[in-house]
Amino acid sequence: MTKNAPIIEAASLDKFYGSFHALKDVDLTVHQGEKMVICGPSGSGKSTLIRCFNGLEWHNSGQLVIDSIEVHQNAKEIRALRQEVGMVFQQFNLFPHLTVLENLTIGPVKVRKISKDKAEKTARNYLDRVHIPEQADKYPAQLSGGQQQRVAIARSLCMEPRIMLFDEPTSALDPEMINEVLDVMVELAETGMTMVVVTHEMGFARKVADTMVFMEGGRIVEVSPPEKFFTDPASDRCRLFLNQILEH
Amino acid sequence: MSALDMEHPRYKALPKQPSIQRFFGSAPVSVAIYLIVIGMIVYGSFAGARNMGYNWQWYRIPDYIYTFTDDGFQWGEIAYGLVATLNLSFTAFVFATLLGLLIALLRLSDLIVGNAVALGFLELIRNIPLLVLLYLFYYVLGPVFGFDRYTASILTLGVFHAALISEILRAGINAVAIGQWEAAKSIGMSQGQIYRYIILPQSIRFMLPPMTGEVVHLIKSSAIVSVIAVAELTTVGRNIISDTYMSFEIWFTIAIVYMAVTLTLSVGVTYLERRYAVDH
Repeated sequence: MTKNAPIIEAASLDKFYGSFHALKDVDLTVHQGEKMVICGPSGSGKSTLIRCFNGLEWHNSGQLVIDSIEVHQNAKEIRALRQEVGMVFQQFNLFPHLTVLENLTIGPVKVRKISKDKAEKTARNYLDRVHIPEQADKYPAQLSGGQQQRVAIARSLCMEPRIMLFDEPTSALDPEMINEVLDVMVELAETGMTMVVVTHEMGFARKVADTMVFMEGGRIVEVSPPEKFFTDPASDRCRLFLNQILEH
Repeated sequence: MSALDMEHPRYKALPKQPSIQRFFGSAPVSVAIYLIVIGMIVYGSFAGARNMGYNWQWYRIPDYIYTFTDDGFQWGEIAYGLVATLNLSFTAFVFATLLGLLIALLRLSDLIVGNAVALGFLELIRNIPLLVLLYLFYYVLGPVFGFDRYTASILTLGVFHAALISEILRAGINAVAIGQWEAAKSIGMSQGQIYRYIILPQSIRFMLPPMTGEVVHLIKSSAIVSVIAVAELTTVGRNIISDTYMSFEIWFTIAIVYMAVTLTLSVGVTYLERRYAVDH
């Protein structure tokens, strides 16, 4: 793939939780339209890193530029930035007191100040895209986990973001529901959306990733294209990790 | 077919409750014991009153609630006292809730000064007896700022209960999962929008039971303003007694009126909770 302009640029990011060093000198660049999959053992800092990308966590030092806005704790533009960066969580985090349709329209209506009619039209369009148009008037608790996660993806897309972040989107799902969510993500990838995905679903990674990232102990150990990553990883630790998760 | 074979040996493992416990724990026996105890208390007080030579005049009580005269139906003093109590309690409750919400939000905020102010307020109010607080508002701040009795009462009750309510609100807000904050932030909502559209609507069901208790508490503690002679239910009771010396009948009646109001409130809210306990 020919590289477009960079949309996320992280340079020597460090992050501490108290005395715990969660991110160690992380350098990473994501280009427009790129699909990046980040994997690594638990506690390796993958979630912390992508949570920095929409200001849910703050890095303690280093530089982070997203969509040409420099992100730091006092940035006034952080809300504007979050509208451009969608986030899908492991636990879905749908708003349980609102219907599916209201979950999808509340952001556009209250934050983007789009008219309710227009927001509903967009919302129904995205519900179609995630294959659950018939669930619009239900409450999240009435849906299966897979459906809830697809609603969560649609909720983020309704904000028309330029980047989508996925934080282990299938880890909380029953096995038979994982594919319906991954299918939606593959379709989204085909539209050219910039995506950064933390996941252990290597089948998905092989299918859509332009770049694979392996993290361990708060450091980025390896960044390579999937062809090389899966067949001939540069580091032993990465090879060991892949063996462990691909073994069976 | 019954799902469990209770004769199976493994169900015998549980030791039987001692028979004496089963006897006292059974419903009819519990109710009987309860009635006997209540009966003894009532009998005791009536017997005591008789020994004192107390002259019961229950027949005069209804006149203080309502009367039928030539002019038609008229509410009595106790009824007006009740309305005044409800009025006072409601006004104080609204004030207490608004102030309580402000204190709760200050405590939850990242502002160091806001935190300190809220915490200072809480500790100050929680550690002063309600009666002393009332004296402070009426005898000290009253002359300084020109509060009348009624205003001083509202302020005292409002400020006192704001401290308690702020803790209920804070607990309710904290009970909403952290993921809700993150999801709302990640679609670009401001702090105010997150509270208004996402967090507070979900906190209500956590707050409703303790808030009911708080309203009941407020209605009861409003009786204290009778010490500065604000016209409300307890003051009315005191006034009637100073005219008639019927202290037993009047205090029983006043107690029953308070109970009727607070019980109605509790039952009403329980009904509401059941009705709105949607499964989401």
